[in-house]
Amino acid sequence: MDPSSSKRVGLFATCLVDLFRPSVGFAAVKLLEDAGCTVSVPSQTCCGQPAFNSGDQADARALALQVMDSFANCDYVVAPSGSCAGMMAKHYPELFEGDPELQRRARAFAAKTFELVSFLTDVLGVTQVRASFPRTVTYHDSCSGLRELGVQAQPRKLLASVDGLELKEMKDSDVCCGFGGTFAAKFGEISGAIVERKTVDIIGSGAPVLLAGDLGCLMNMAGRLSRQGRAIEVRHVAEVLANMTDTPPIGAPAEKSAEKTA
Amino acid sequence: MSARDEIFASLRRSLHVSGAEGPRRAAAESRLRENPRGVVPQRGNLPRAERIALFKRMAESAFASVSIVENARAVPAEAARWLRDNNLPATLRRGADERLADMPWRETAVAVSEGASDGHDLNGVSHAFGAVAESGTLVMTSGADNPTTLNFLPDNHIVVLSADDLAGDYESIFDWLRARYGKGMMPRALNWITGPSRSADIAQTMLLGAHGPRKLHIVIVDEGTGLL
Amino acid sequence: MSVHANPTSPHFKDNAHKALGDPQLQQAMGKLRIGFTAARAASAARLPEFEALRDSARDIKNHTLANLDLYLEAYEKKVVEAGGHVHYARDAAEARKIILDICKEKGAKTVAKGKSMISEEIALNEALDAAGVRPIETDLGEYIIQLRGEIPSHIIGPAVHLTKDQIEAEFRKAHTHLDKDRNLEEPTSLLAEARGVLREKFLSADIGLTGANFLIAETGSSVIVTNEGNGDLSQTLAKTHIVIASLEKIVPTLEDASQLLRVLARSATGQELSVYTTFSTGPRRDGDPDGPQDYHVVLLDNGRTSMIGTEFQEMLRCIRCGACMNHCPVYHAVGGHAYGWVYPGPMGAVLTPSLIGVEKGGLLPNASTFCGRCEAVCPMRIPLPKMMRHWREREFERHLTPSVQRAGLGAWAFFARRPALYRLATRIGMGALGFMGRNKGRFSKLPFASGWTQMRDFPAPEGETFQAQWKRERGGR
Repeated sequence: MDPSSSKRVGLFATCLVDLFRPSVGFAAVKLLEDAGCTVSVPSQTCCGQPAFNSGDQADARALALQVMDSFANCDYVVAPSGSCAGMMAKHYPELFEGDPELQRRARAFAAKTFELVSFLTDVLGVTQVRASFPRTVTYHDSCSGLRELGVQAQPRKLLASVDGLELKEMKDSDVCCGFGGTFAAKFGEISGAIVERKTVDIIGSGAPVLLAGDLGCLMNMAGRLSRQGRAIEVRHVAEVLANMTDTPPIGAPAEKSAEKTA
Repeated sequence: MSARDEIFASLRRSLHVSGAEGPRRAAAESRLRENPRGVVPQRGNLPRAERIALFKRMAESAFASVSIVENARAVPAEAARWLRDNNLPATLRRGADERLADMPWRETAVAVSEGASDGHDLNGVSHAFGAVAESGTLVMTSGADNPTTLNFLPDNHIVVLSADDLAGDYESIFDWLRARYGKGMMPRALNWITGPSRSADIAQTMLLGAHGPRKLHIVIVDEGTGLL
Repeated sequence: MSVHANPTSPHFKDNAHKALGDPQLQQAMGKLRIGFTAARAASAARLPEFEALRDSARDIKNHTLANLDLYLEAYEKKVVEAGGHVHYARDAAEARKIILDICKEKGAKTVAKGKSMISEEIALNEALDAAGVRPIETDLGEYIIQLRGEIPSHIIGPAVHLTKDQIEAEFRKAHTHLDKDRNLEEPTSLLAEARGVLREKFLSADIGLTGANFLIAETGSSVIVTNEGNGDLSQTLAKTHIVIASLEKIVPTLEDASQLLRVLARSATGQELSVYTTFSTGPRRDGDPDGPQDYHVVLLDNGRTSMIGTEFQEMLRCIRCGACMNHCPVYHAVGGHAYGWVYPGPMGAVLTPSLIGVEKGGLLPNASTFCGRCEAVCPMRIPLPKMMRHWREREFERHLTPSVQRAGLGAWAFFARRPALYRLATRIGMGALGFMGRNKGRFSKLPFASGWTQMRDFPAPEGETFQAQWKRERGGR
């Protein structure tokens, strides 16, 4: 494709962003538009991952078809989540094993689907953003993005271009936070123990801000940190990259968050 | 139907084969005949002196100690020194290996006895069939020359290795074994030994001397242009 | 009844709850989490060919499984040529009977055992005990858990769940012939004590029984890999050596074995190679001063031949290194015993339902966050999360999924498959939830999410959904 022509990007906001944190969706739109894309938001619900991971193939397939239809006219499908992008880019083709025609469609769909930050860097060639965030942050690598899509260097590269931002790596940033989608509900106690462990590393980094690229993980970690009474500010990495950090952090009150004490 | 027949029938059912397919048989037979090499790490692919140095480094990192002597006649003195330095009694048990038998043990104070171990020997000495630089591994073969029990029962084990028998990788050792024993044939026991015995089963703390030797000392006989 | 015969896997959640409240277990798991992962990473980084070796290892096992009938025949022929005996066991009971018959024939009183997970799988020790033959576990970890009457909590570190103090207490209880006032403060003194106690047992055992890491078709050899040397003493000193192994341990050639050996120890403990890698081929030869006079191999199927050709075939590539559990956040949290049967961690979550049935083992493949770290480190590149998902599919198809979960999922899917209704419902729902959570920005209790809110707050939504806001601001483009 001619790089000068505007790319038609369909934003798959993800259910969690749609329902809980629309500001991440708008941050994604801003980043994509700043990079020259024409962004649309086709009708959408869920990518089908909860059904897929619960063994419910029929619903997973139906939702996959729904997504593929809805985004048929987009050059690219971009999601501010490695988990949902991983579902669409890696698992949709698996869903249609045994149906060559649909599998071919799913493969073509998978090939145009990306996680937001890696899409910016790897496809659009973005090397820096215009944003300022004079804080020390630490970054958690969400599992699906990291291991299914290879998202690791990309967010760090763009964060390095944010004015005033200092990245302090936590220990074991690539270790699961214990969210795991339905896992957190089905095995709440074990999930809680894993996120408890994770918060030790987050706190150990000394950074007052925690970023990641997946809202599920962020809500999990924010939920545990807030239960511990920690004042660590939790945000999606897109908010910082898009310079849209006026919204209160995840789990903080709607009015401008008052500084809590740790 | 016997258990054997039933297992083979189940296997072939699952594989959708009869077992009589020519191309399958040919592929399996060819693999067994040709024993193709897979990925061989280049780490050990070194000139002699560097190969010896790598072996020494790897064996030491596995907590063995290594000395190099210029010829076989120097081995007894080195063994005696090592026993003395470690406050061990000057006794050794060995097998019938002529290379060991020909060494001038009488020139030292070490009392050498011969035969397999019954579990009451403090110190043993064996001659290695070969060794592998890649991982600092000794290769021992069973038999009267170097009884297997000597590899495991004595508290302290001295192994003599000729530098000529030091390979870069395991695959070279396999070739040498085939040359010695024949294709598809093996000694009863082939022991690869990489350092002294150890265990981490108590509180994940690595401790030397679990059931096998607590100390392993390797004496390399390098009559060529080695490290010396 | 023991855990072997009566798995507690259906009670995984209760087991996990107890494990999370056990400070000694938590202390031990904390150590494991750090030690094993760092060691593996360092050793993989030292070898430039490591990733290529993983590919090679995977390909070898795939080739072998596709031709397993032929390599089994070749292996059997070589064992017999070397003077050994090969026995086939369809299931655990048959394997136990074969071994007991050999014990009876030899008039054996004691069996010195090297570490064998297959022996655990077939619950051999209980059968030996019942027949009046004393099994003596000689791997230090196995010895400790035998004293405690436990199953292994880890496939390469059976006693990894115990602290030094617990082991000391066990030794004082078991070794009553030793001085009561002896000092066992240091781990080294515990090791020395075990060495002394077990040395006598090695020397007097009638039969040595070991597992096998590999069986080599080219030569008829069985291969064991240990760090302690206990497997070697077991098999060298006794008059009879019995190898118990599952039949997928076969590899074609010595060269194939060395490919697998190169990834095994590195993945397991981060060693370049384990201390002892031993290739055994038949019984004592003419002129041999030591070694067993009889050599038997018992090949166990136990459902494995039926796994071939199914979505679980790739599990048969497993070489039991333990890397998957060493890197698993769930295993780190709850330890191996919570899994309730012989094989814990991710590999156990896949294998256990195959061996004890999905009705009993079905919770295990659900107990994963799908973080993918197991697959990322598996030397055999086994897609463990994918296979756990396949078990969930089977559960779902057979309506074994818990009804609450199924209903929740069903309701979610109902809305998700009807976008207009979904937008309406979520607009109302999130509006309400956002309003309620406005002041605090989070909920500390939610009626439908007690699993979540027991340990953490639930962040409140901003209020209006993204799609509604987008439509308002951009006219729904």
